[in-house]
Amino acid sequence: MKRVLEGSHAVAEAVRLAKAQVISAYPITPQTHIVEILSEYCSSGKMNARFLRVESEHSALAALIGAQSSGVRTFTATSSQGLALMHELLHWAAGARLPIVMAEVNRALGPGWNIWTDQTDSLAQRDTGWIQLYCEDSQEVLDTTLQAYRLAEEVNLPVMVVLDAFFLSHTYEPVDIPDEKDVDRFLPPFTPKFQLDTANPCSFGQLVTPAFYMEMRYDIDRAMDMAIARFGDIEEEYHRLFKRRYGAVEAVQCDDADIIFVTSGTVTSTCRLVLKALRDRGEKVGILKVKLFRPSPSEEISRALGTAKKVAVIDRNCSFGAGGIFAQEVRAALCNLPGHPLVYGYIAGIGGRDVTPQLLEEIYWKTKNSDFPEKDRIWMGIQEVSHGTQRS
Amino acid sequence: MELNVPDQEFMYSGHVGCPGCGAAIAMRFFLKALGDKTIMVLPACCWSVIAGPYPQSTLKIPLIHSAFETGGAVASGVRAALDMKGDRETTVVTWAGDGGTFDIGFQALSGAVERNEDFIYVCYDNEAYMNTGIQRSSSTPYGAWTTTTPGADWKKLRKKNIVEALVAHRIPYAATANIAFPEDLVRKAQKAKSIKGSRFIHVYASCPTGWRIPSEMSIKIARMAVQTNIFPLYEVEDGIRYTINYKPKEYLVREYFKLQGRFRHLTDRDLDQIQEMVNEDWDLLLRKAGEHA
Repeated sequence: MKRVLEGSHAVAEAVRLAKAQVISAYPITPQTHIVEILSEYCSSGKMNARFLRVESEHSALAALIGAQSSGVRTFTATSSQGLALMHELLHWAAGARLPIVMAEVNRALGPGWNIWTDQTDSLAQRDTGWIQLYCEDSQEVLDTTLQAYRLAEEVNLPVMVVLDAFFLSHTYEPVDIPDEKDVDRFLPPFTPKFQLDTANPCSFGQLVTPAFYMEMRYDIDRAMDMAIARFGDIEEEYHRLFKRRYGAVEAVQCDDADIIFVTSGTVTSTCRLVLKALRDRGEKVGILKVKLFRPSPSEEISRALGTAKKVAVIDRNCSFGAGGIFAQEVRAALCNLPGHPLVYGYIAGIGGRDVTPQLLEEIYWKTKNSDFPEKDRIWMGIQEVSHGTQRS
Repeated sequence: MELNVPDQEFMYSGHVGCPGCGAAIAMRFFLKALGDKTIMVLPACCWSVIAGPYPQSTLKIPLIHSAFETGGAVASGVRAALDMKGDRETTVVTWAGDGGTFDIGFQALSGAVERNEDFIYVCYDNEAYMNTGIQRSSSTPYGAWTTTTPGADWKKLRKKNIVEALVAHRIPYAATANIAFPEDLVRKAQKAKSIKGSRFIHVYASCPTGWRIPSEMSIKIARMAVQTNIFPLYEVEDGIRYTINYKPKEYLVREYFKLQGRFRHLTDRDLDQIQEMVNEDWDLLLRKAGEHA
């Protein structure tokens, strides 16, 4: 059934269909629409789930750590400061191998206060052991959230479904909502591999000496690697049932491209328009959309980009002093490939500034007309800032 | 003397607490009272270590270790999951130290109690951050030396009254208990188990290592804390009905202070001042219980 939904509502519909049993969240713009709807579903009985209205994001994730360890399916959603506050427990959830699913609406971090989109919040959590899936439109948000539960529960790692603030979270689009029966076939009830159980008393997360800790960490890293293949299988099955798939990465006209854009999130949609316009003018250009950020799909990235001359990475984020985070990933994926393309890093759209077709075209020509990337990152559209008061 | 406490044991040999550890004694009696249908949440505290390292555990109940400040929240999640699974029989207990309760975990505890989450929160109080090596907490009493209140910088602030803070939430049940009064402790644990909603028990748990006392003095000091009115035994129902469980013969606090290395630096004048503070707190409690002379 098709309905016109916000990106936020697409998340909520997926969580309803996934039959999450414990939901815990704390309000933060722009994530609030997700949990408002879920709150309503829990109150009205449309969902058979407990909604915990906790006093902070830290407690929201802590409560899910307790609930998931007790053997039920869980969900939370947050943004920006909220995700930063959860940081300690992001590590905990992954270390405890809990298949928690979270929707993370990308929002800039303060100060100054900025509620608009920016990927630095989620990308800064890259080393916590969470699988991260970046979405382009509302349909993808719904599909990815359902897939996230399968993936999380198969590899025993938490998954973050990431969507841009407002451009995606608050934009209405037609979305195909799958039948509950079909979803039940794709996503059967959660069967925990381990849980708190008075009939089988065990200790979870206890003190562990150097004799064992390293193996536990090695297992997490292996599970991450496994997640790339498992994601492919899950998408395959999802495609059979619902006729939609996205790929860990999506290569658009990359085969004969001299210059390839690397994008993520909603910038990809804008870039698709630019691609068409440039192709119409005979430019050999492609797009590599990166959906799966952790685990890093390095092989897929180097396969798609390997034959190009230049790569232009669009980063709506910045690791201060090191540049765009996707650009770093792309460089790392390509570095051992003989004769690999030149990598140009562009920082654009920080704190919700528009990334327009004009800006992307400018990036294209900048890349084409340059022989070598002189800097590892170029900030696009930086204005001269005049200060209101001047010292005499 | 035969104690009127259940025979069942859920704490076994092999724990790694210090000799005379009050927290270990408290755990043993609590689990006897609560029984096998108990799931425990254990935020960072001495007990994170006392329970023993992987792959062994001294406790024969399901146990989830958790981050320092999460005692109230993790328990809320466990309870919610059990409810969803239709398990109304199992008791969820958070077992936290004073740091995890009075300080870093206070927000999550307050949140859980405001929501009236159905669980028991036990704070075993050894009056400082003992696991990290005796640093002051907001539970450290007036007059105490710790490694972060050394020398002339001994703590000159009152101990936070955690029970009153919980009572202000109109919590269904709040009580103090003490390892030197095991029957009272077991009764309170069982009573807490029979009540729905949030329940809080504040347990006095001596720490020979941190208090600079011989390990064999652990129980004696704990008993004196009650006998001097420093740690009165009482219960509060629904945040209003106070019951004082033990009326001591009002021993002088200096007897209690003189036995502990952590108070060695205090002068007679300091002890007189502390005596006044204890008297004042006791009078206040009597008034709340409607027993003021």
